[in-house]
Amino acid sequence: MTFFDLLPLYLNGAWYTLLITLGGCALAFVIAMTVGIVGSVRNPVLRAAAAVYVEVFRGVAALVLMFWLFYALPLVTGYRVEPVFAAILALGLNVGAYGAENVRGAIKAVPRAQYEATVALNMTPVQRMRMVILPQAWAQMLPTFGNLAIELMKGSAVVSLIAVSDLTFVAQQLRTFSGDTALAFTAALVMYFIIAQVLLFFVRMAERRADRRLGRAPAKPTRRGGRIAAAVKGGGA
Amino acid sequence: MPQSDNLPAGAAGHAPGEEPLIRFDKVVKRFGRNVVLRELDFTVDAGERVTLIGPSGSGKTTILRLLMTLERVNGGVIWVNGDSLSHMRRNGRLVPANEKHQREVRKKIGMVFQQFNLFPNMSVRRNITEAPVHTLGISREEADQRAEELLDMVGLRQKIDAHPTQLSGGQQQRVAIARALAMRPQILLLDEVTSALDPELVAGVLDVLREIARTTDITMLSVTHEMAFAKDVSHRVLMFDQGRIVEEGPPEQIFGDPHEERTKEFLHAVLEG
Repeated sequence: MTFFDLLPLYLNGAWYTLLITLGGCALAFVIAMTVGIVGSVRNPVLRAAAAVYVEVFRGVAALVLMFWLFYALPLVTGYRVEPVFAAILALGLNVGAYGAENVRGAIKAVPRAQYEATVALNMTPVQRMRMVILPQAWAQMLPTFGNLAIELMKGSAVVSLIAVSDLTFVAQQLRTFSGDTALAFTAALVMYFIIAQVLLFFVRMAERRADRRLGRAPAKPTRRGGRIAAAVKGGGA
Repeated sequence: MPQSDNLPAGAAGHAPGEEPLIRFDKVVKRFGRNVVLRELDFTVDAGERVTLIGPSGSGKTTILRLLMTLERVNGGVIWVNGDSLSHMRRNGRLVPANEKHQREVRKKIGMVFQQFNLFPNMSVRRNITEAPVHTLGISREEADQRAEELLDMVGLRQKIDAHPTQLSGGQQQRVAIARALAMRPQILLLDEVTSALDPELVAGVLDVLREIARTTDITMLSVTHEMAFAKDVSHRVLMFDQGRIVEEGPPEQIFGDPHEERTKEFLHAVLEG
């Protein structure tokens, strides 16, 4: 058997990995924004609630949370959760807690002078956040969001343990059937890498767009290109 | 008359018309152990132009920041148009102001900052129009038209779709002035608005402010080290030192014939550089 014979199986696995990654990212994003914003308001009760969320879900292992949702929740509530859904929930809740800290930090990093200008223009707290603070914090959040998305994607490999046929699951099965351990796992590694690159591509696009909006991006060339060009220039001098 | 324990007697007792536009009544402001304002009393009438001078740390900027509700008083009351900035009436008692009350009172107040503080996520146009549209509730068209008029006035009409980062400091400050005026304030606070500018850009900004002083009846409170400008536009100059008013008077007297030793020293230091 060659890799190309196995490709459809891998693509099927990649589909599940992608599905769980995107679902988990969507959930994590909503949680991160909500909890992050709530965590940066002045009201101490709301702030404390956000802090509790972050500490609880940052402190539990996504794998154990997923097992709990899949195995324990039905016993406790009588309600059975689809394995894919349990995976999305576990990863989203967990990564959302990290994301919330990222959002809170980015909001805090917006200069106080910007907040003061919104007060001088008599904006409401909601208008301040929506029109001035968040749009500026956004550019700062994106790089970390990119990292978290990739972490979540790699973390999704744990779903193979509750029999979701994702990339890792497929790789293990093919290893058993074909006996070609090296091929099975090498192929899986490559597929994960490709998915990560696709995710990063979109995050970098969003980063460039956010920087342009704040008027601080060099129009086209990427940051990496700029740095290399600068290094070459410096080296030649 | 309703009183709360930390309010001086007679604070709200004036009949309408007698009340000055702004009144500081035994205002105390501390930052930690550092007392910045010590029971400060002063008033500003509607339409008056007042310049605050004095060494750094004397409390001038704090006065503007208290008026803009960027800081809270530790004692005393600031009255604007007969309303307390820091307190509101509830069941006949004065209680600490909530956000809604503060928004109502500061509707009349605009501020221009030393570092311009334009919003980098918005074009010049949106910097000027967003707040009027969302907080005053005027239409986009009206806000746009007003922005164009104001940019004409500050000489930057052609920059309306530019991004703040594409402007020089002086241009940014002129946009910031237009942004503050778009809110149609009754009181304009100017906090060292030329201090962050390269020397050759200062004149353009001061010319715009002279023009505003000439053509409007907006009450202006400015903290500045530009003594020539202070002389031109102000009706009254207040000399501060260590949280107190050392001397006050018309600009001709303060700059031409200061009575207090501290004022003489300060002016000498500033003018001789």
